[in-house]
Amino acid sequence: MRLGRVIGTLVATVKPDAMKGLKLLIVRPLTANLADDGEPFVATDASAQASSGDLVTWEAAREAALLHDPWFIPVDHAVVGIVDQHALENPEGTP
Amino acid sequence: MILGRVLGTVVSTVQHPYYRGRKQLLVGAVLPDGSLDGTRYILALDMVGAGVGETVLVEDEGNSARQILADPKAPVRSLIVAIVDEVDVPVPDRVA
Repeated sequence: MRLGRVIGTLVATVKPDAMKGLKLLIVRPLTANLADDGEPFVATDASAQASSGDLVTWEAAREAALLHDPWFIPVDHAVVGIVDQHALENPEGTP
Repeated sequence: MILGRVLGTVVSTVQHPYYRGRKQLLVGAVLPDGSLDGTRYILALDMVGAGVGETVLVEDEGNSARQILADPKAPVRSLIVAIVDEVDVPVPDRVA
């Protein structure tokens, strides 16, 4: 998993049947220090409650699909959870 | 597998049910000499009771994680699977 910030949501009416009912979020990946780390992507919401502004954890690839039930769906990024607390021992110099 | 150092903790209340009750740690990748690589990090589930500051081995591949968790449907890619006691690289050059 990695950290990300939900910067928005999106709605698509026309999409694969297997994606029906899944909430779609726009997520910007972050470094361990919560700095921006690359371009945003679209992820499904496996935490069920994430929304704009939330600090979240996300997973990619097959594990993203496995976060859903049924799991054999065409999804490549998914939000795992909403972060309550994020503590680094030594924030300077961490990636 | 990735050699890393535990840099911190991440706590979530609202999250996928599989992750409930499982400790998540933030691990920074380190070079064999023990210095932080400075760019790569990963959030991994802790299987070994690792703590902040310890050098660990992270399995960063889903099928390996599912074997260790003994669950073919576990939605997990990264696990801390070992606490490293010692790294010995006799020739310090060209190890990164």
